Amino acid sequence: MSLRNRSGPALAVCAFALLLGGIALVFWWAPTDADQGFSQKIFYIHVPVALTAYACFAWGAWKALRLLWTGNERHDLESYTAIHMGTIFGVLTLVTGAIWARISWGVWWSWGERQLVVFLILFLFYSAYFMLRYSIDPGPRRARTSAVYALFGVVLIPISFLAIRILGTLLHPAVFTRDGVGMTGSMFVTFLVVLAGMLCLGFALYHTELAGKRLDARLRELRRALA
Amino acid sequence: MTAYFQDVSVLARKDLLLELRSRDTVPSMLLFVVGALVVFHFALPDSAGDDAARGLLWIAILFTALLGLGRVYAAERERGLLDGLLLAPCDRSAIWLAKTMSVIAFLLLMEAIALPAFALFFAPVTGAMVAAVILANIGIAAVGALLSAIALSSRTGDLILPLLFLPLAIPIVIGGVGASIVDDPARFLWFLGLYDGIFAIISWASFEYVVTE
Repeated sequence: MSLRNRSGPALAVCAFALLLGGIALVFWWAPTDADQGFSQKIFYIHVPVALTAYACFAWGAWKALRLLWTGNERHDLESYTAIHMGTIFGVLTLVTGAIWARISWGVWWSWGERQLVVFLILFLFYSAYFMLRYSIDPGPRRARTSAVYALFGVVLIPISFLAIRILGTLLHPAVFTRDGVGMTGSMFVTFLVVLAGMLCLGFALYHTELAGKRLDARLRELRRALA
Repeated sequence: MTAYFQDVSVLARKDLLLELRSRDTVPSMLLFVVGALVVFHFALPDSAGDDAARGLLWIAILFTALLGLGRVYAAERERGLLDGLLLAPCDRSAIWLAKTMSVIAFLLLMEAIALPAFALFFAPVTGAMVAAVILANIGIAAVGALLSAIALSSRTGDLILPLLFLPLAIPIVIGGVGASIVDDPARFLWFLGLYDGIFAIISWASFEYVVTE
């Protein structure tokens, strides 16, 4: 296992360029929404952040599955780091969603907004994941237990989504529907650029954090060897 | 296949027999659920309708279930018998299935008191509510029997179980309350059935990983 982190810096440069370009597009190129005006521009941050959080959770669950499958403990740290990043992006989603709700509907929180309710459930769930992880002594059992719980999380996402959906309130603006994308071409391109930037940022952070954690573990091993 | 179900039935019978002899869990659950309903009466203002009371019934059921789930592996933990149980010559998932079935039995006993008490104190119990409660039991027991096993490896023990369980129980509450208050409960009952199926399968498949040292 190499401790050198090669993909981290490259991803960070990509993220910087794409996000800078994306923000420029958001403010100077994408048209202002006819309905919501300037405040709709938070959409270009809020939705990519939310999708990045989902991507991190999915990546964490995939690594958890790999751990259970192969028994290789390397995947434990990867799964944990991905979920750690996902939780940070999840909190950002809740914050940007609350700001958007305040501007659009005049309230900081609305239970009618499905996506945000799902994120609140996920936030509770993954907070419990961290509690669980920190309450078990390090070792293969902690790795497997955390992995099983992480898998539950990725199943909980669609289930909560379905639950909120059949509960059936429709306040959240549905941009992506079965009829296609409710955006003009330039809006969609801007959205995709920011999304790509955000995904790069998420994975750059993931790689950096992972490298740091591996370095930590290696240092602990060396200290033990010296003592 | 029949051998598997024989193992399950032996293990489940052991759990039920233990409970029958010690009477630790079910009486506490019964008392707790009736106590919770009485407390809810004082928490609800007079102007609150039947729907609010039905929502609280689900909270009572959920918290009472948590009380019972904290005791799922109590006998094994207190007497250090878990290793013996794991060494039993059967598939590990049979242990999970047996625990799930005994939890369902405990929940049914508790609800046999809770639902009539609810009808007496608050509002009539509909057929859809009974169906929803039965479907919810399966989900609660399936997820709960796995999470109790997870909680065994935690230093904080019983403290962690409610934290792990509540986020996963939110869909059950949505489905249960929905089925209890709307005129057309079919979609909520379907949803509860779907939840049971999915979470039973992943709990069944992952039990082995959380109990092995």
